[in-house]
Amino acid sequence: MAGRVLTYEEKNTWIHRLSGVTKLVFFLLWSITSMLSYDTRVLIVMFVLSLVILRASQTKWKQVGGVFQFILIFLIINILAIFLFSPDQGTTIYGTRTVLCHIAGPYDLTLEQLFYEANIILKYLTVVPAVFMFIVTTNPSELAASLNKIGVSYDICYSIAIALRYIPDVQDDYHKIRNAQEARGIEMSKKASLTERIKSTSAILFPLIFSSMDRIDVVSNAMQLRGFGKTKKRTWYSAKKPERNDYLVLGFIILFSAIALIITFHDGNRFYNPFQ
Amino acid sequence: MKKFGIKEVVAAGIGTALFVALTQVQIPVGFIPNTALQPRAALLAFLAAIFGPVVGGIVGLLGHALGDALFYGSVWWSWVFPDALFGILVGLFATKFAIKEGGFDAKKVVLFNVVQIVANALAWILLAPVLDILIYAEPSNKVFTQGVTAFIANIIIVAILGSLIGIAYSQIGAKSSSLSKED
Repeated sequence: MAGRVLTYEEKNTWIHRLSGVTKLVFFLLWSITSMLSYDTRVLIVMFVLSLVILRASQTKWKQVGGVFQFILIFLIINILAIFLFSPDQGTTIYGTRTVLCHIAGPYDLTLEQLFYEANIILKYLTVVPAVFMFIVTTNPSELAASLNKIGVSYDICYSIAIALRYIPDVQDDYHKIRNAQEARGIEMSKKASLTERIKSTSAILFPLIFSSMDRIDVVSNAMQLRGFGKTKKRTWYSAKKPERNDYLVLGFIILFSAIALIITFHDGNRFYNPFQ
Repeated sequence: MKKFGIKEVVAAGIGTALFVALTQVQIPVGFIPNTALQPRAALLAFLAAIFGPVVGGIVGLLGHALGDALFYGSVWWSWVFPDALFGILVGLFATKFAIKEGGFDAKKVVLFNVVQIVANALAWILLAPVLDILIYAEPSNKVFTQGVTAFIANIIIVAILGSLIGIAYSQIGAKSSSLSKED
Protein backbone atom coordinates (compact mmCIF):
# COMPACT_ATOMS: atom_id res chain seq x y z
CA MET A 1 0.00 0.00 0.00
CA ALA A 2 2.85 2.34 0.82
CA GLY A 3 4.02 2.44 -2.80
CA ARG A 4 0.65 3.74 -3.89
CA VAL A 5 0.77 7.02 -1.99
CA LEU A 6 2.22 10.31 -3.23
CA THR A 7 4.85 11.74 -0.94
CA TYR A 8 7.21 14.69 -0.88
CA GLU A 9 10.67 13.91 -2.17
CA GLU A 10 13.57 16.27 -1.77
CA LYS A 11 15.27 17.37 -4.98
CA ASN A 12 16.94 20.52 -6.10
CA THR A 13 15.00 21.91 -9.05
CA TRP A 14 13.68 25.46 -9.41
CA ILE A 15 10.18 24.11 -8.75
CA HIS A 16 11.30 22.56 -5.46
CA ARG A 17 12.90 25.84 -4.47
CA LEU A 18 9.65 27.79 -4.94
CA SER A 19 7.76 28.70 -1.81
CA GLY A 20 5.00 26.27 -0.82
CA VAL A 21 2.41 29.02 -1.02
CA THR A 22 3.36 29.82 -4.61
CA LYS A 23 2.80 26.21 -5.52
CA LEU A 24 -0.45 26.06 -3.58
CA VAL A 25 -1.81 29.17 -5.32
CA PHE A 26 -0.64 27.81 -8.66
CA PHE A 27 -2.33 24.48 -7.99
CA LEU A 28 -5.60 26.09 -6.84
CA LEU A 29 -5.86 28.57 -9.74
CA TRP A 30 -4.85 25.84 -12.16
CA SER A 31 -7.59 23.48 -10.93
CA ILE A 32 -10.20 26.25 -10.88
CA THR A 33 -9.36 27.20 -14.47
CA SER A 34 -9.48 23.62 -15.61
CA MET A 35 -12.74 23.05 -13.73
CA LEU A 36 -14.48 26.06 -15.25
CA SER A 37 -13.22 25.72 -18.78
CA TYR A 38 -14.66 23.26 -21.25
CA ASP A 39 -12.80 25.01 -24.05
CA THR A 40 -10.82 22.30 -25.79
CA ARG A 41 -8.12 24.71 -27.02
CA VAL A 42 -7.48 26.02 -23.50
CA LEU A 43 -7.45 22.50 -22.09
CA ILE A 44 -4.94 21.27 -24.67
CA VAL A 45 -2.57 24.17 -23.93
CA MET A 46 -2.93 23.45 -20.20
CA PHE A 47 -2.30 19.76 -20.72
CA VAL A 48 0.93 20.39 -22.66
CA LEU A 49 2.07 22.96 -20.10
CA SER A 50 1.40 20.62 -17.20
CA LEU A 51 3.57 17.94 -18.82
CA VAL A 52 6.37 20.51 -19.18
CA ILE A 53 6.00 21.37 -15.49
CA LEU A 54 6.04 17.73 -14.46
CA ARG A 55 9.20 17.27 -16.52
CA ALA A 56 10.86 20.35 -14.98
CA SER A 57 10.18 19.04 -11.48
CA GLN A 58 12.05 15.84 -12.39
CA THR A 59 9.17 13.70 -11.20
CA LYS A 60 9.91 10.06 -11.89
CA TRP A 61 7.38 7.47 -13.00
CA LYS A 62 8.03 5.32 -9.96
CA GLN A 63 6.96 8.21 -7.69
CA VAL A 64 3.57 8.63 -9.31
CA GLY A 65 3.01 5.58 -11.54
CA GLY A 66 0.96 3.55 -9.06
CA VAL A 67 -1.39 6.41 -8.35
CA PHE A 68 -1.63 7.28 -12.03
CA GLN A 69 -2.77 3.78 -12.98
CA PHE A 70 -5.43 4.03 -10.33
CA ILE A 71 -6.62 7.35 -11.76
CA LEU A 72 -6.86 5.85 -15.23
CA ILE A 73 -9.11 3.05 -14.00
CA PHE A 74 -11.31 5.55 -12.18
CA LEU A 75 -11.41 7.79 -15.24
CA ILE A 76 -12.45 4.95 -17.54
CA ILE A 77 -15.24 3.87 -15.17
CA ASN A 78 -16.44 7.46 -14.98
CA ILE A 79 -16.61 8.13 -18.71
CA LEU A 80 -18.34 4.78 -19.29
CA ALA A 81 -20.85 5.68 -16.58
CA ILE A 82 -21.54 9.03 -18.25
CA PHE A 83 -22.20 7.27 -21.54
CA LEU A 84 -24.50 4.72 -19.91
CA PHE A 85 -26.52 7.34 -18.07
CA SER A 86 -26.67 9.94 -20.77
CA PRO A 87 -25.52 8.94 -24.27
CA ASP A 88 -26.83 12.19 -25.73
CA GLN A 89 -25.25 14.67 -23.32
CA GLY A 90 -22.96 15.78 -26.15
CA THR A 91 -25.93 16.56 -28.36
CA THR A 92 -27.59 18.53 -25.57
CA ILE A 93 -24.47 20.62 -25.18
CA TYR A 94 -23.36 21.11 -28.77
CA GLY A 95 -26.77 21.17 -30.45
CA THR A 96 -26.04 18.84 -33.34
CA ARG A 97 -26.21 15.07 -33.68
CA THR A 98 -23.75 13.23 -35.90
CA VAL A 99 -24.33 9.51 -35.50
CA LEU A 100 -21.22 7.43 -36.11
CA CYS A 101 -22.76 4.05 -35.50
CA HIS A 102 -25.68 2.49 -33.70
CA ILE A 103 -24.87 0.35 -30.67
CA ALA A 104 -28.04 -0.97 -29.04
CA GLY A 105 -31.43 0.30 -27.90
CA PRO A 106 -31.26 4.07 -27.29
CA TYR A 107 -27.45 4.05 -27.48
CA ASP A 108 -25.96 5.70 -30.54
CA LEU A 109 -22.30 6.59 -30.70
CA THR A 110 -22.29 10.25 -31.69
CA LEU A 111 -19.36 12.47 -32.60
CA GLU A 112 -20.63 15.09 -30.13
CA GLN A 113 -20.65 12.60 -27.26
CA LEU A 114 -17.11 11.45 -28.11
CA PHE A 115 -15.94 15.06 -28.19
CA TYR A 116 -17.67 15.87 -24.88
CA GLU A 117 -16.13 12.85 -23.15
CA ALA A 118 -12.72 13.60 -24.65
CA ASN A 119 -13.01 17.01 -22.99
CA ILE A 120 -13.73 15.37 -19.66
CA ILE A 121 -10.67 13.16 -20.02
CA LEU A 122 -8.62 16.21 -20.91
CA LYS A 123 -9.93 18.10 -17.87
CA TYR A 124 -8.79 15.26 -15.67
CA LEU A 125 -5.40 14.98 -17.28
CA THR A 126 -4.67 18.70 -16.89
CA VAL A 127 -5.28 18.62 -13.14
CA VAL A 128 -3.46 15.39 -12.36
CA PRO A 129 0.10 16.63 -13.19
CA ALA A 130 -0.56 19.78 -11.15
CA VAL A 131 -1.50 17.66 -8.13
CA PHE A 132 1.55 15.44 -8.64
CA MET A 133 3.78 18.49 -8.89
CA PHE A 134 2.29 20.06 -5.78
CA ILE A 135 2.47 17.00 -3.52
CA VAL A 136 5.80 15.66 -4.74
CA THR A 137 7.71 18.96 -4.60
CA THR A 138 6.26 20.73 -1.56
CA ASN A 139 7.89 20.35 1.82
CA PRO A 140 4.96 20.15 4.31
CA SER A 141 6.57 22.14 7.12
CA GLU A 142 7.68 24.82 4.72
CA LEU A 143 4.13 25.06 3.35
CA ALA A 144 2.68 25.64 6.82
CA ALA A 145 5.33 28.24 7.56
CA SER A 146 4.79 30.19 4.38
CA LEU A 147 1.00 30.03 4.70
CA ASN A 148 1.43 31.87 7.96
CA LYS A 149 3.73 34.38 6.26
CA ILE A 150 0.93 35.40 3.89
CA GLY A 151 -1.45 36.02 6.76
CA VAL A 152 -3.28 32.75 7.43
CA SER A 153 -3.81 32.46 11.18
CA TYR A 154 -1.12 30.28 12.71
CA ASP A 155 -3.69 28.09 14.45
CA ILE A 156 -4.88 26.92 11.05
CA CYS A 157 -1.30 26.62 9.76
CA TYR A 158 -0.44 24.49 12.74
CA SER A 159 -3.45 22.24 12.12
CA ILE A 160 -2.24 21.73 8.58
CA ALA A 161 1.31 21.08 9.73
CA ILE A 162 0.09 18.55 12.30
CA ALA A 163 -2.11 16.84 9.73
CA LEU A 164 0.75 16.44 7.27
CA ARG A 165 3.12 15.40 10.03
CA TYR A 166 0.83 12.70 11.45
CA ILE A 167 -0.51 11.07 8.29
CA PRO A 168 2.39 8.54 8.14
CA ASP A 169 2.13 7.86 11.90
CA VAL A 170 -1.58 7.22 11.78
CA GLN A 171 -1.15 4.99 8.74
CA ASP A 172 1.50 3.08 10.64
CA ASP A 173 -0.85 2.63 13.60
CA TYR A 174 -3.54 1.45 11.24
CA HIS A 175 -1.30 -1.26 9.78
CA LYS A 176 -0.11 -2.40 13.20
CA ILE A 177 -3.64 -2.65 14.55
CA ARG A 178 -4.83 -4.45 11.44
CA ASN A 179 -2.00 -6.98 11.65
CA ALA A 180 -2.72 -7.56 15.32
CA GLN A 181 -6.43 -8.05 14.74
CA GLU A 182 -5.80 -10.33 11.76
CA ALA A 183 -3.48 -12.39 13.92
CA ARG A 184 -6.40 -12.73 16.31
CA GLY A 185 -8.45 -14.08 13.44
CA ILE A 186 -10.73 -11.33 12.10
CA GLU A 187 -11.84 -11.86 8.53
CA MET A 188 -11.05 -8.97 6.16
CA SER A 189 -11.38 -10.73 2.82
CA LYS A 190 -14.32 -10.79 0.42
CA LYS A 191 -15.49 -14.09 1.88
CA ALA A 192 -17.05 -12.41 4.91
CA SER A 193 -20.62 -11.12 4.85
CA LEU A 194 -21.40 -7.39 4.99
CA THR A 195 -22.20 -7.28 8.73
CA GLU A 196 -19.13 -9.42 9.35
CA ARG A 197 -17.01 -6.91 7.42
CA ILE A 198 -18.43 -3.92 9.27
CA LYS A 199 -17.66 -5.71 12.52
CA SER A 200 -14.08 -6.47 11.56
CA THR A 201 -13.54 -2.91 10.33
CA SER A 202 -14.71 -1.58 13.65
CA ALA A 203 -12.31 -3.96 15.38
CA ILE A 204 -9.58 -1.91 13.69
CA LEU A 205 -11.29 1.46 13.81
CA PHE A 206 -12.04 1.56 17.53
CA PRO A 207 -8.45 1.10 18.76
CA LEU A 208 -7.22 3.44 16.03
CA ILE A 209 -9.63 6.24 16.89
CA PHE A 210 -9.20 5.88 20.64
CA SER A 211 -5.42 5.87 20.43
CA SER A 212 -5.65 8.95 18.23
CA MET A 213 -7.90 10.64 20.77
CA ASP A 214 -5.20 9.92 23.36
CA ARG A 215 -2.65 11.35 20.98
CA ILE A 216 -4.71 14.53 20.62
CA ASP A 217 -4.61 14.87 24.42
CA VAL A 218 -0.88 14.23 24.63
CA VAL A 219 0.04 16.61 21.83
CA SER A 220 -2.26 19.39 22.98
CA ASN A 221 -0.97 19.07 26.55
CA ALA A 222 2.59 19.29 25.30
CA MET A 223 1.74 22.36 23.24
CA GLN A 224 -0.04 23.97 26.14
CA LEU A 225 2.97 23.40 28.39
CA ARG A 226 5.19 25.11 25.86
CA GLY A 227 2.85 28.08 25.73
CA PHE A 228 1.34 27.59 22.30
CA GLY A 229 -1.11 30.35 21.44
CA LYS A 230 0.13 32.73 24.12
CA THR A 231 1.35 35.38 21.70
CA LYS A 232 -0.02 36.75 18.47
CA LYS A 233 2.94 35.64 16.38
CA ARG A 234 5.31 32.75 16.20
CA THR A 235 8.49 32.05 14.33
CA TRP A 236 8.95 29.17 11.92
CA TYR A 237 11.99 27.00 11.54
CA SER A 238 11.47 26.29 7.86
CA ALA A 239 10.03 29.62 6.73
CA LYS A 240 11.19 30.86 3.36
CA LYS A 241 11.14 34.36 1.92
CA PRO A 242 9.44 34.74 -1.46
CA GLU A 243 12.03 35.17 -4.20
CA ARG A 244 12.02 36.52 -7.73
CA ASN A 245 10.86 33.17 -9.16
CA ASP A 246 7.88 33.11 -6.78
CA TYR A 247 6.65 36.46 -8.08
CA LEU A 248 7.23 35.35 -11.68
CA VAL A 249 5.24 32.14 -11.21
CA LEU A 250 2.43 33.95 -9.38
CA GLY A 251 2.28 36.62 -12.08
CA PHE A 252 2.22 33.97 -14.77
CA ILE A 253 -0.55 31.87 -13.24
CA ILE A 254 -2.81 34.85 -12.53
CA LEU A 255 -2.35 36.17 -16.07
CA PHE A 256 -2.75 32.69 -17.56
CA SER A 257 -5.99 31.92 -15.66
CA ALA A 258 -7.44 35.31 -16.58
CA ILE A 259 -6.67 34.85 -20.29
CA ALA A 260 -7.84 31.23 -20.28
CA LEU A 261 -11.15 32.20 -18.69
CA ILE A 262 -11.62 35.14 -21.08
CA ILE A 263 -11.05 32.85 -24.06
CA THR A 264 -13.43 30.29 -22.56
CA PHE A 265 -16.28 32.65 -21.73
CA HIS A 266 -15.99 35.37 -24.40
CA ASP A 267 -18.79 33.80 -26.46
CA GLY A 268 -20.98 33.49 -23.38
CA ASN A 269 -20.56 29.74 -23.17
CA ARG A 270 -17.93 27.57 -21.48
CA PHE A 271 -17.94 25.00 -24.28
CA TYR A 272 -15.85 25.26 -27.40
CA ASN A 273 -18.14 24.17 -30.21
CA PRO A 274 -16.49 22.87 -33.38
CA PHE A 275 -19.80 21.58 -34.73
CA GLN A 276 -21.34 24.92 -35.72
CA MET B 1 -14.83 27.24 25.53
CA LYS B 2 -16.33 27.84 22.10
CA LYS B 3 -13.17 29.31 20.63
CA PHE B 4 -10.58 27.60 18.51
CA GLY B 5 -8.18 26.55 21.28
CA ILE B 6 -5.11 24.34 21.38
CA LYS B 7 -7.21 21.20 21.63
CA GLU B 8 -9.14 22.16 18.50
CA VAL B 9 -5.92 22.94 16.61
CA VAL B 10 -4.54 19.50 17.41
CA ALA B 11 -7.87 17.74 16.91
CA ALA B 12 -8.28 19.29 13.46
CA GLY B 13 -4.72 18.25 12.58
CA ILE B 14 -4.74 14.68 13.84
CA GLY B 15 -8.38 14.27 12.80
CA THR B 16 -7.42 15.22 9.27
CA ALA B 17 -4.53 12.76 9.37
CA LEU B 18 -6.92 10.01 10.53
CA PHE B 19 -9.43 10.91 7.84
CA VAL B 20 -6.72 10.77 5.18
CA ALA B 21 -5.37 7.46 6.47
CA LEU B 22 -8.87 5.99 6.35
CA THR B 23 -9.42 7.11 2.75
CA GLN B 24 -8.47 3.68 1.47
CA VAL B 25 -10.35 1.77 4.12
CA GLN B 26 -13.60 0.94 2.45
CA ILE B 27 -16.15 -1.78 2.97
CA PRO B 28 -17.41 -3.00 -0.41
CA VAL B 29 -21.16 -3.45 -0.35
CA GLY B 30 -20.92 -6.32 -2.77
CA PHE B 31 -24.24 -6.31 -4.57
CA ILE B 32 -23.92 -2.77 -6.00
CA PRO B 33 -20.75 -2.42 -8.09
CA ASN B 34 -18.38 0.45 -7.31
CA THR B 35 -20.04 1.46 -4.07
CA ALA B 36 -18.39 1.10 -0.75
CA LEU B 37 -19.24 2.09 2.78
CA GLN B 38 -16.70 4.65 3.91
CA PRO B 39 -15.75 4.36 7.57
CA ARG B 40 -14.16 7.79 7.30
CA ALA B 41 -17.65 9.30 7.10
CA ALA B 42 -18.33 7.85 10.55
CA LEU B 43 -15.03 9.27 11.78
CA LEU B 44 -15.93 12.72 10.47
CA ALA B 45 -19.33 12.61 12.18
CA PHE B 46 -17.69 11.48 15.43
CA LEU B 47 -15.00 14.18 15.41
CA ALA B 48 -17.50 16.90 14.50
CA ALA B 49 -19.84 15.71 17.25
CA ILE B 50 -17.04 16.03 19.80
CA PHE B 51 -15.04 19.07 18.71
CA GLY B 52 -17.65 21.20 16.97
CA PRO B 53 -18.26 22.78 13.57
CA VAL B 54 -14.82 24.34 12.97
CA VAL B 55 -12.95 21.09 13.47
CA GLY B 56 -15.66 19.22 11.51
CA GLY B 57 -15.37 21.64 8.63
CA ILE B 58 -11.57 21.57 8.53
CA VAL B 59 -11.37 17.79 8.75
CA GLY B 60 -13.98 17.40 6.01
CA LEU B 61 -12.44 19.97 3.68
CA LEU B 62 -8.75 19.37 4.24
CA GLY B 63 -9.07 15.64 4.86
CA HIS B 64 -11.06 14.99 1.73
CA ALA B 65 -8.90 17.23 -0.48
CA LEU B 66 -5.64 15.81 0.88
CA GLY B 67 -6.87 12.23 0.80
CA ASP B 68 -7.97 12.64 -2.80
CA ALA B 69 -4.68 14.25 -3.77
CA LEU B 70 -2.46 11.72 -1.98
CA PHE B 71 -4.27 8.56 -3.02
CA TYR B 72 -6.04 9.46 -6.24
CA GLY B 73 -3.83 12.21 -7.63
CA SER B 74 -6.71 14.57 -8.34
CA VAL B 75 -9.11 16.54 -6.22
CA TRP B 76 -12.79 16.05 -6.93
CA TRP B 77 -13.87 19.43 -5.51
CA SER B 78 -17.59 18.84 -5.97
CA TRP B 79 -17.30 16.04 -3.40
CA VAL B 80 -14.91 17.86 -1.07
CA PHE B 81 -17.31 20.64 -0.13
CA PRO B 82 -20.20 18.29 0.77
CA ASP B 83 -17.91 16.57 3.30
CA ALA B 84 -17.00 19.96 4.77
CA LEU B 85 -20.69 20.90 4.93
CA PHE B 86 -21.48 17.60 6.62
CA GLY B 87 -18.76 18.19 9.23
CA ILE B 88 -20.01 21.71 9.95
CA LEU B 89 -23.67 20.69 10.22
CA VAL B 90 -23.00 17.81 12.61
CA GLY B 91 -20.56 19.99 14.55
CA LEU B 92 -23.21 22.65 15.16
CA PHE B 93 -24.92 20.24 17.53
CA ALA B 94 -21.71 19.21 19.35
CA THR B 95 -22.70 20.70 22.72
CA LYS B 96 -26.10 18.97 22.55
CA PHE B 97 -24.54 15.50 22.20
CA ALA B 98 -22.34 15.80 25.33
CA ILE B 99 -20.25 12.84 24.21
CA LYS B 100 -17.16 13.86 26.14
CA GLU B 101 -19.13 14.50 29.30
CA GLY B 102 -20.37 10.92 29.22
CA GLY B 103 -23.98 11.83 28.55
CA PHE B 104 -24.42 10.23 25.13
CA ASP B 105 -27.59 8.30 26.04
CA ALA B 106 -30.35 6.78 23.90
CA LYS B 107 -32.09 10.12 23.35
CA LYS B 108 -28.90 11.79 22.18
CA VAL B 109 -28.03 8.87 19.92
CA VAL B 110 -31.38 9.39 18.22
CA LEU B 111 -30.71 13.13 17.91
CA PHE B 112 -27.23 12.39 16.51
CA ASN B 113 -28.76 10.15 13.86
CA VAL B 114 -31.48 12.62 12.92
CA VAL B 115 -28.82 15.29 12.52
CA GLN B 116 -26.52 13.05 10.49
CA ILE B 117 -29.33 11.97 8.15
CA VAL B 118 -30.40 15.57 7.48
CA ALA B 119 -26.76 16.68 7.08
CA ASN B 120 -26.02 13.78 4.73
CA ALA B 121 -29.11 14.58 2.68
CA LEU B 122 -28.12 18.23 2.30
CA ALA B 123 -24.54 17.31 1.48
CA TRP B 124 -24.99 14.39 -0.90
CA ILE B 125 -28.44 14.71 -2.45
CA LEU B 126 -28.33 18.49 -2.79
CA LEU B 127 -24.83 19.98 -2.75
CA ALA B 128 -22.72 17.27 -4.41
CA PRO B 129 -24.86 16.76 -7.55
CA VAL B 130 -25.42 20.50 -7.97
CA LEU B 131 -21.66 21.13 -7.79
CA ASP B 132 -21.04 18.24 -10.19
CA ILE B 133 -23.37 19.86 -12.69
CA LEU B 134 -22.06 23.40 -12.17
CA ILE B 135 -18.37 22.51 -12.18
CA TYR B 136 -18.10 19.48 -14.41
CA ALA B 137 -21.33 19.76 -16.48
CA GLU B 138 -22.02 16.07 -15.98
CA PRO B 139 -25.38 14.54 -16.91
CA SER B 140 -27.85 15.18 -14.09
CA ASN B 141 -29.33 11.68 -13.86
CA LYS B 142 -25.83 10.24 -13.38
CA VAL B 143 -24.81 12.66 -10.61
CA PHE B 144 -28.09 12.34 -8.75
CA THR B 145 -27.82 8.56 -8.83
CA GLN B 146 -24.28 8.85 -7.46
CA GLY B 147 -25.41 11.35 -4.84
CA VAL B 148 -28.27 9.19 -3.60
CA THR B 149 -25.98 6.15 -3.48
CA ALA B 150 -23.42 8.07 -1.43
CA PHE B 151 -26.22 9.35 0.82
CA ILE B 152 -27.50 5.86 1.57
CA ALA B 153 -24.02 4.40 2.07
CA ASN B 154 -23.08 7.24 4.41
CA ILE B 155 -26.17 7.20 6.58
CA ILE B 156 -25.73 3.44 7.07
CA ILE B 157 -22.08 3.65 8.07
CA VAL B 158 -22.54 6.72 10.28
CA ALA B 159 -25.62 5.22 11.94
CA ILE B 160 -23.76 2.02 12.80
CA LEU B 161 -20.11 2.93 13.31
CA GLY B 162 -20.60 6.59 14.22
CA SER B 163 -23.13 5.85 16.95
CA LEU B 164 -21.08 2.95 18.34
CA ILE B 165 -17.86 4.96 18.50
CA GLY B 166 -19.74 7.81 20.14
CA ILE B 167 -21.28 5.53 22.78
CA ALA B 168 -18.00 3.75 23.49
CA TYR B 169 -16.03 7.00 23.74
CA SER B 170 -18.68 8.54 25.92
CA GLN B 171 -18.30 5.66 28.41
CA ILE B 172 -14.50 5.83 28.48
CA GLY B 173 -14.39 9.62 28.52
CA ALA B 174 -16.69 9.93 31.49
CA LYS B 175 -14.37 7.85 33.66
CA SER B 176 -11.18 9.72 32.95
CA SER B 177 -12.51 13.26 32.97
CA SER B 178 -15.44 13.41 35.33
CA LEU B 179 -13.88 16.41 37.03
CA SER B 180 -14.81 19.70 35.42
CA LYS B 181 -12.35 22.51 34.92
CA GLU B 182 -12.83 25.76 36.78
CA ASP B 183 -12.73 28.79 34.55
